[in-house]
Amino acid sequence: MSEATLDQTTTTNAQPKAARFAVFGTSFLLGLVLPVTAGLLYEAAFRAGLVQARLLPPPSRVFTTLWKLAQSGELATHVLATTVRVGMGFGLGALVGMLLGALTGASRNARRLLDPTLQALRAIPSLAWVPLFILWLGIFESSKIALIAVGVFFPVYLGVMAAIANVDRKIVEVGRVFRLSRLALVRRVLLPAILPDFIIAIRSGLGLGFMFVVAAEIMGASEGLGYLLVDGQQLGKPDQILAAIIAFAVLGKIGDWLIVVLTKPFLTWQDTHQRGA
Amino acid sequence: MLTIDALCKIYPNGTQALEKISLNVDAGEIVALVGGSGCGKTTLLRMISGLEAPTRGHAALDGEVIHAPHPAVGIVFQEARLLPWLTVAQNISFGLDHLPKDEQERRVDEALLRVGLAGYGNRWPRELSGGQAQRVSIVRALVTQPKALLLDEPFSALDALTRESLQDHLLALWETHRPTLVLVTHDVEEAVALADRAIVLQPKPGRIFADIPIDLPRPRDRLSPEFAEAKRLVLKALDGSINQPHSHQAGRVQSPAAGGSF
Ligand SMILES: Nc1ncnc2c1ncn2[C@@H]1O[C@H](COP(=O)(O)OP(=O)(O)OP(=O)(O)O)[C@@H](O)[C@H]1O
Ligand SMILES: [Mg+2]
Repeated sequence: MSEATLDQTTTTNAQPKAARFAVFGTSFLLGLVLPVTAGLLYEAAFRAGLVQARLLPPPSRVFTTLWKLAQSGELATHVLATTVRVGMGFGLGALVGMLLGALTGASRNARRLLDPTLQALRAIPSLAWVPLFILWLGIFESSKIALIAVGVFFPVYLGVMAAIANVDRKIVEVGRVFRLSRLALVRRVLLPAILPDFIIAIRSGLGLGFMFVVAAEIMGASEGLGYLLVDGQQLGKPDQILAAIIAFAVLGKIGDWLIVVLTKPFLTWQDTHQRGA
Repeated sequence: MLTIDALCKIYPNGTQALEKISLNVDAGEIVALVGGSGCGKTTLLRMISGLEAPTRGHAALDGEVIHAPHPAVGIVFQEARLLPWLTVAQNISFGLDHLPKDEQERRVDEALLRVGLAGYGNRWPRELSGGQAQRVSIVRALVTQPKALLLDEPFSALDALTRESLQDHLLALWETHRPTLVLVTHDVEEAVALADRAIVLQPKPGRIFADIPIDLPRPRDRLSPEFAEAKRLVLKALDGSINQPHSHQAGRVQSPAAGGSF
């Protein structure tokens, strides 16, 4: 309670930026050790003529292809097409998942009414919808976005529903004691309480969005990273396939990272064992 | 001021937690509820707070029956129950939303100062010790200036030294507006140190076993013989309440000395 202890804690809170960046840097580098070593070994094996690289091209060739695609502007076109699809499908699926999840999480009657049907629908492998979506919505954007939205919907719905239903009664009682209205209770207690789980739900939703965009684009598209995959297969260009896979990985990682970074300021209060790790 | 009239509570699983509790508490009075584990202390407090409805009977504040949490009744739980996503200051002003910002700030700063936590306003709850968190929780209930404050074993998780200092803090806070306090405790010393009356409950089903006035002047000297005598009386009643679970004299024993039944 003395001045000294107060000061001490403020400095640990305002951990020097440089130090934190260094920690981030080392853990980042550590994560790179495995893939980079594997890549270098393979590259070396290829250079030494130890492997026949017709089906599995060495990293140098993959990156050359990627570089060429980037320079010609093709890569940007494909990335943009895929991003727009994922963005729209994710937006739609996450929004509906959020609303229905909130409804079924907050109201037992809504859960009894809606959840059995939704769980039954969830049991259907999402790709089974493809023919129907194509019949209904045509083979262009709408059916693709619908498929992605279905993929995103379920993890978000389940996550939000569970999060709301599991909010600690003790915390909710604090809201009741201060006589919050239903709306205020949602805004001031329920929403902040579910935020960490909600972010996890959104992240797994986005992951599924990327999974389904691949499926959608493989089934027929004239642009998009999935199209690059199929094109590479048909023309026998494994380097192009790998380039597209790398682009997918980077894109997915950026999306996930964006969610983490954008939501981080709202989670500084968290008391988890991994704080700051 | 606070009247409890023939209040019964039977939980949905059939447990009869309270049977015909009747009790009057005057404005500004400090009443301690003591009793063995499971005798219905928490249940009674939850009925008074309006968080849960009694099966029969009612609790009323100034003649107004309590059906739901009442603006003039605050409650402090056994755990601090701070909202982890709000800073200490935001937690304290949680129930002050209707007031202008500067008034909120004024009350929060004053409250923090009073419980020795000046400068802690911007901390997160996770950065507090148990005793500090409980102080914040008490202050959160008090800044709305309730007429009655209910406390459910607020200090039971703390060590003896911290407990004693928080009891003093509570008394100091009580001095300013003199709200009615209903304090659940299993600590006889705490009851005698703080209360004007100790109500001893008896379990299965929960009933009032004894109602013991504690007429000691404040500030109380914990080492005085009068303090020891009051403690002895409460302890004796407590022993009696636990050792006679089958006695069905569910009425009210005025004081153990007069009752003579133990
Ligand atoms: N939600 C509930 N449902 C059913 N029975 C309950 C419930 N809460 C409490 N009880 C029962 O009611 C009785 C009184 O419980 P209560 O929590 O009020 O006791 P207490 O005096 O606060 O005990 P402690 O000192 O251990 O906190 C106990 O027999 C308990 O088992
Ligand atoms: Mg209890």
